[in-house]
Amino acid sequence: MSDKTATSLHSGIPLPRAMYARTLKGCMLVCLSLTVALVFFLILYILIRALPHLSWEIVSTKPSYLKGTIGVLPDILNTIYLVVTALIIVLPLGVGAAIYLNEYAKSPKLVKGIEYAVETLAGIPSIIYGLVGMLFFCQFLSLQTSLLAGALTLVIMSIPVIIRTTQESLKTVPQGYREGAYGLGSARWHMIRTVVLPCCIDGIVTGCILAAGRMLGESAALLFTAGFAHALHGYIDGITSSGATLTVALYVYAKEQGEFEVAFVIAAILLVLCFITNYLAQAYGRHMKKVKG
Amino acid sequence: MNLLAKNHKDNVETIASTIFLILGVINIGFVLLICVYLVIAGLPAIIKIGPIDFLFGAKWASTAAEPQFGILPFILTSIYGTAGAIVIGLPLGFFTAVYLAKIASKKVRYVIEPLIDLLAGIPSVVYGFIGMLVLVPSIRSLFSLPDGASLFAAIIVLAVMILPSIIKVSITALEAVPQEYELGSLALGANEIETYYRVVVPAAKSGIAAAVVLGVGRAIGEAMAVMMVAGNAANMPSLFESVRFLTTAVASEMSYSSGLQREALFSIALVLFVFIMMINATLNVLLKRGGVKRK
Repeated sequence: MSDKTATSLHSGIPLPRAMYARTLKGCMLVCLSLTVALVFFLILYILIRALPHLSWEIVSTKPSYLKGTIGVLPDILNTIYLVVTALIIVLPLGVGAAIYLNEYAKSPKLVKGIEYAVETLAGIPSIIYGLVGMLFFCQFLSLQTSLLAGALTLVIMSIPVIIRTTQESLKTVPQGYREGAYGLGSARWHMIRTVVLPCCIDGIVTGCILAAGRMLGESAALLFTAGFAHALHGYIDGITSSGATLTVALYVYAKEQGEFEVAFVIAAILLVLCFITNYLAQAYGRHMKKVKG
Repeated sequence: MNLLAKNHKDNVETIASTIFLILGVINIGFVLLICVYLVIAGLPAIIKIGPIDFLFGAKWASTAAEPQFGILPFILTSIYGTAGAIVIGLPLGFFTAVYLAKIASKKVRYVIEPLIDLLAGIPSVVYGFIGMLVLVPSIRSLFSLPDGASLFAAIIVLAVMILPSIIKVSITALEAVPQEYELGSLALGANEIETYYRVVVPAAKSGIAAAVVLGVGRAIGEAMAVMMVAGNAANMPSLFESVRFLTTAVASEMSYSSGLQREALFSIALVLFVFIMMINATLNVLLKRGGVKRK
């Protein structure tokens, strides 16, 4: 296609028109290469600065004042606890809401109301989630600053992602499946459980991956709800006590303590995690398309 | 026996439908919860300080002996910062989107789109961190300033952060334009570039506007990255001075605040929330008109 444009430019087109096309084409190429260069710069800069400091020790120990070393294991564990807890809670909430919207809801007014609410939730900035989470979960429900309070805040934040992806994949289940199940005498919930849900597992998994990606990158909402501690805990202790996730730890190390080496290591870990979640979500999405034809 | 089983089945169905109804309606509850909490926490300070003094007061000195709570500097900084990010991010994103949607071959798109997804997925603290280490020092030496942490640094970081959402939504909008428009224009003798910019882009206008508004929402709500590069002094906005945004005003003082100062921070959050609600309403109208789904 681009070859055709190039040749037609030289075959007697008035100069202003040729200029117009050429300028715009130049603009596009410049902008595209700037964008791509930016991504490559970010990736390479982080990886190159992080590699010299990356060692097994730094990812497998906790910070020690005695030895003067910093390890990020507690932050990694906190992140895992947080994401797992939040996903376990958000999954039934989000999938249930999507099923209601797609399968049960009869009043269009209520559907509109719920969808408007979900869109609003998707647009609220994370710092506001952090404040409300602090007021409601930490103070009103007296969970204190703990990973659990952080996880609950993230639950509300990531509901829209789960609802949207689930709804989209519910819509791809052919109406005939539902009617077939009804025709065989199935009731609604039985039909959903045995016919509809198995068909859209992939969509739900994609939603989970996307939500996990968002949770991994979240920091502003966790600052006041999950806290800054770097202690090493098991799951039960960890979830009820204050703990920094990777992102919060990066912020604290970089901004408040000036420990740039550790910060680069954390940034590299986050970058890799982000790459993995993106890849998984995409691979799953593609797989889904293939299966559904 | 049969009757019993049927009864049981009916019960299960009723319970299931009630549970799903609750799960659906609970989302409205969440939004109400957030609204109510912000209003309860934020309104008292606004009334105590006086709405005019609070919103249009030019001086913020929360820890002074005679504290002053004027958030005009924060509001203006947020508006200028967002506008600046759009001015830089929109052309960059727009041209990239047109290229990817219309000109790029499948192979090129296959390589570049994951990169843009990656850009969208990188956590905001990482942007802030890189901005702090790369951007701030280079701004300092480039413009020979005492400190590079400034509104300008924040604008560039924000522009990079909104870039992926502008590109993705614009691509969706451009692809939603019916192919017939293009073919008609080509048949009338316009070349490809003219067709894309004089026919397809105008037809995708609302969708691209939605991309801009989405970018505005992202930029105005961003806290962590901005906190790391903007310097955090409560100055009136000026391109090369240390500034504080609405979001960073909340985040930076929250940990040590008390009394009226703390209440005033919640009031700032309330103001931010009102801004976001207005932006969301605009976005919804544009998305509906553009026929583009929000991603």
